[in-house]
Amino acid sequence: MKLPLPPLPSALQPKPKRPGEEERVKPLDQVKEAGIGTVDWIDERTSLSGALRWTMFRKVPKGTNWFYTLGSATLFAFLSQAVTGVFLAMYYTPSPVEAYESARHITNDVFLGEFVRGMHKWGSTVMVILIFLHMGRVFFFGAYKYPRELSWLTGCVLVILTMVMALTGYLLPFDQRSYWATIVAVNITGTGPFVGPFLADFMRGGAAFGATTLSRFYAIHMLLVPGGIIALIGAHLYLVARLGTTAPPWMKPSSDTGHLEDRV
Amino acid sequence: MADGRIDPESKYTLDRGMPGAFEGETVTRRRFMNVAAQGAGAVAVAAFVLPALGFAAGSALFERPPVTWQAIGPPDDFRKDTYIPRVITETPGIGEVGKTTVYVRRRDDAIDAPPNPPGYDEQIIAISTRCMHLGCPVRYVEASQRFICPCHGGVYDFRGFVDGGPPVRPLDRFYTRIRSGQVEIGPRYSVNSEFRRFPSYRDPAQDLDGIGQYIYPGRFSTPKQ
Repeated sequence: MKLPLPPLPSALQPKPKRPGEEERVKPLDQVKEAGIGTVDWIDERTSLSGALRWTMFRKVPKGTNWFYTLGSATLFAFLSQAVTGVFLAMYYTPSPVEAYESARHITNDVFLGEFVRGMHKWGSTVMVILIFLHMGRVFFFGAYKYPRELSWLTGCVLVILTMVMALTGYLLPFDQRSYWATIVAVNITGTGPFVGPFLADFMRGGAAFGATTLSRFYAIHMLLVPGGIIALIGAHLYLVARLGTTAPPWMKPSSDTGHLEDRV
Repeated sequence: MADGRIDPESKYTLDRGMPGAFEGETVTRRRFMNVAAQGAGAVAVAAFVLPALGFAAGSALFERPPVTWQAIGPPDDFRKDTYIPRVITETPGIGEVGKTTVYVRRRDDAIDAPPNPPGYDEQIIAISTRCMHLGCPVRYVEASQRFICPCHGGVYDFRGFVDGGPPVRPLDRFYTRIRSGQVEIGPRYSVNSEFRRFPSYRDPAQDLDGIGQYIYPGRFSTPKQ
């Protein structure tokens, strides 16, 4: 419903055009026109508008509620981790001798360093909590069932990769807690029969915690796993757009015709 | 069926009437190009993936660090009835992180029941502080004559034998020798519950009794005597 505008005093009312007078192009219209022109230019060459409409304007089932936002929340937690992580990497030095000092420097000396490092540190916990809540939502709403099994599988791999991020990131501050936690984690890995001892060697870069262990964890933490996470998030989102979301389990199926036999 | 008739279903290029076909040929040029291009792509990918994997895993799994010996003082510093802590550098080049404490005492034939294995004449026993549950640092408590781990409550007796808690085998030891009047600490070795030596030392939490010694094989990355 459109409400009527309050009446303007006659002095402020726009004057009707005189016959033969050209309408003047206002700067705001010019800006609009330029924007539309640019978007059109890109769209003519990429047809992105179709893809955008396909992604953004999907039908959502009746009964969609706040629990359905947990996936997006996890995605934003990941984006926050990615952005803060990239900037933390500008000050961090992954060497056993300098790592602790550079982390201390970020917290104590760099402008907003404490804030950005805190975001990254607490954000990792937030992301782990959110991803498990999201997983629980999918599980209890039965949203992993046909035809969304692949969404569930990619999601499970994303949970594992998130845990790998949490584990590898834990070592990087290189204080007593990180060091011993990593020792314990690598030794747990080592208990796998036959391959365990070699996996542990691979993680450490040798038989003992050595010069390359930290840089290994750093490379895995900021290059290898994030790449995998980004690729899998893409696949996960594609499947969401392709298959749509499920209605919550308490919604009864309804029919368009109202005939009783349409209800299953 | 090479009599000039065309059979589009045949697997022979000659039968299908392809220009330049010859007797017995089944691979079309299109298919040959396809396989060649995909194969070249696979070779190109393997050419960077395989070296990268070897680079990441090779030296981690197969590079043996050299055997080193570090002097920790004259033999008279150490006694039979208690442990003296000494700090050695286990991994050089990484500062404080590479250092570790070892507890050192004189060998006591009364409690160190198994005699030295042939070829060894160790007068000094050096016990590692690495807990055999998950690798936390144990400390020696003089009052109870026990090694105690702060993480999950592992307890070891005076010989390093598991007395309680989750550890799966006795504390690791270090080879020792006496050179020029100095006790020297060498590479680490593991022992099972009968104090049998495993020179390729195992990580903590890897059982060395019974089947454990087979499912946790020795590695290529430990120093070789």
